Amino acid sequence: MFACVLIEEGVSLVFQTLQELFDRRDLLYMITWREIRVKYKQSVMGMLWAILMPCIIVSAGLVVRYAFAMVAGKPFAIADLTSVAVKAAPWAFFVSALRFGTNSLISNVNLVTKIYLPRLIFPLAAVFSQMFDFLVATAVVSLFLVAAGTVWSVQLLWVPFLILTLIILVSALAIVFSAASLFFRDVKFIVEVLLTFAIFFTPVFYESSLFGAWAPVLLSNPVSPLLEGLSTAVILHQCPPLFWLSYSFAVSVCLFILAILMFRKLDPYFAESI
Amino acid sequence: MADNVLNVQHVFKKFRRGELYDSLRELVPAIARRLLRREQGKDLDQREFWALRDVSFQVERGEAFGIIGGNGAGKSTILKLLTGIMRPTKGSIRVAGRISALIEVSAGFHQDLTGRENIYLNGAILGMTREQIHKRFDEIVDFSGLEEFIDTPVKRYSSGMFARLGFSVAAHVDPDVLLVDEVLSVGDYLFQRKCLERMHAVIRSGATVVFVSHNLREVANLCQRSLLLERGQVQLVGPTEEVIGDYYRRGQQQRLSPANSVDRGLWITQVKVHGKNGPGVEFQSGDKLYITVEANAWNRYEDMSVVIAVVDKNQYLVFDTCTQRLGTGAITLDRDQTLRCTFELDLNLTEGTFHVHAYLHRYVTDRAYDSWLSAATFFVTGAPEARGVVTLHPRLTECNVGKTSRLETLRQPLAREGSYD
Repeated sequence: MFACVLIEEGVSLVFQTLQELFDRRDLLYMITWREIRVKYKQSVMGMLWAILMPCIIVSAGLVVRYAFAMVAGKPFAIADLTSVAVKAAPWAFFVSALRFGTNSLISNVNLVTKIYLPRLIFPLAAVFSQMFDFLVATAVVSLFLVAAGTVWSVQLLWVPFLILTLIILVSALAIVFSAASLFFRDVKFIVEVLLTFAIFFTPVFYESSLFGAWAPVLLSNPVSPLLEGLSTAVILHQCPPLFWLSYSFAVSVCLFILAILMFRKLDPYFAESI
Repeated sequence: MADNVLNVQHVFKKFRRGELYDSLRELVPAIARRLLRREQGKDLDQREFWALRDVSFQVERGEAFGIIGGNGAGKSTILKLLTGIMRPTKGSIRVAGRISALIEVSAGFHQDLTGRENIYLNGAILGMTREQIHKRFDEIVDFSGLEEFIDTPVKRYSSGMFARLGFSVAAHVDPDVLLVDEVLSVGDYLFQRKCLERMHAVIRSGATVVFVSHNLREVANLCQRSLLLERGQVQLVGPTEEVIGDYYRRGQQQRLSPANSVDRGLWITQVKVHGKNGPGVEFQSGDKLYITVEANAWNRYEDMSVVIAVVDKNQYLVFDTCTQRLGTGAITLDRDQTLRCTFELDLNLTEGTFHVHAYLHRYVTDRAYDSWLSAATFFVTGAPEARGVVTLHPRLTECNVGKTSRLETLRQPLAREGSYD
């Protein structure tokens, strides 16, 4: 009974927060736009970097897969290549969005301490600005897939849902870590370490099935089912494992709600603690 | 009708000195304490202090309200609480309507973006929609006077240009309540005038303005009512003129404390204003006014003269004189000697508040041994015939009504008398 009231209250607070954000959507747009714009200012290649970066990441994946195949003595399958490409782009988005989101409050000291605005905008704008790069990367990967002869199927309808879940998850983490790193700069380093090693615990360059009985351990990382799901749906044209998918989704949404509640609670102390 | 736009009730704000947590060893007990003791904000930790204590005031709709006080009195903290950047430790703040702050107007700028891009960005930060900014864009650029440089990254701007652009954007947000903190000190004289005009226009349009400044002249010009803040506590709320007068009187008391004068060899000990019938602060226009300056010397000082200046409530110089000009010649003070001079003045001033500055001036090097600004304050009443600062004792010698032709003959000799050849 008590828990129900608590949840109800929490959810209404979350909606209230989202309503506030919606009212200031122009600001969210402008801050996101600023991040994108500033990122490529005063660089000779400018926006070309947004295309080049995913290409580099995909080719890195290719090299790894090729090495795997050589060592195992198995033939080099085209499906492996496309699978890596499909998983590497969202993973790169996840990493950069989280890294950028964690620092989003600290790097906007001026705005946090001197002007009042809904501060939730900063981690969200950081994530959204990385989505721009992700969009470009998606276009590059799509072209690659077409060139590799991957065909359409109804399973592609899973893609928007999977990406959306990924965005909710990374937003939630960015919100939590941005607020935490404002109080303790240690968080910044912890996130760096986590991101550096996370590539080993996330099936980006390999499949979780590689681990046999230990696969569930790997899949309990909420990012894993999403990436695997993408490759299953796009490359293998199969329905992703629903259990793990709903697990990821539930974790993401719960984290998101908790993150917003925590952020709201800490918000009044930001200006004096930064 | 009391239509309060801002209602601040018994607000307390606590701050910490030093780092938040110096080490992990401190952090853990601090967290434990916080978890155990739910009640916060009552007692002070050793390193905590009150930045604001029991501050209450109301501001009515359409009013211009000033907040004055020395450095560290808590003025900016109040504004930060009003905007919502920080929350009070105790007490409540109620704001009716949209609040906008002209505080740190260029805080939202990004160095790498151009002026044009920054206008859009800053406008959004200050609460305008993109459409609104788009509509007022030309007006903003025009106000800033930066048309030529609008497509240059703002990192190439001078600090004056930077601040001008910031103010221009902020001045075009239409708020219900406008908070202003020391922003008028930017830009050249003309731009400052423009800003002040803009503020007057905002006040005329019915918006409420809260104005924080060290520039008392501006506060007196803009605000009907003011609040005097000292070490986080409200000292006085009332008509601006009274509050400024009180602020000056407090300055005098502080001056008398030995801490301010101990390391000097020569200093003014007292500046007193009195009339024919002894000391006072209120005088009738046309009275005799006596200003007595006393000084002590710890060493030998030569070639000295005593200067007094009378300024009006806006700090404009009305009059000054000195012993040298009055024919005493240079004064020399020896070790442990005291000096006392009294000036007699005809108080040909109009109604208002006036302050006395006193200086011990050295003629040869043209520098002051000691100065005491606003050492005394007095009020003048009377002189209903005159407006302005001084009364030139007007008398009407002629006021005839007649035909045009006669007036013309009258005008000619007058014009000749008035010329300077």
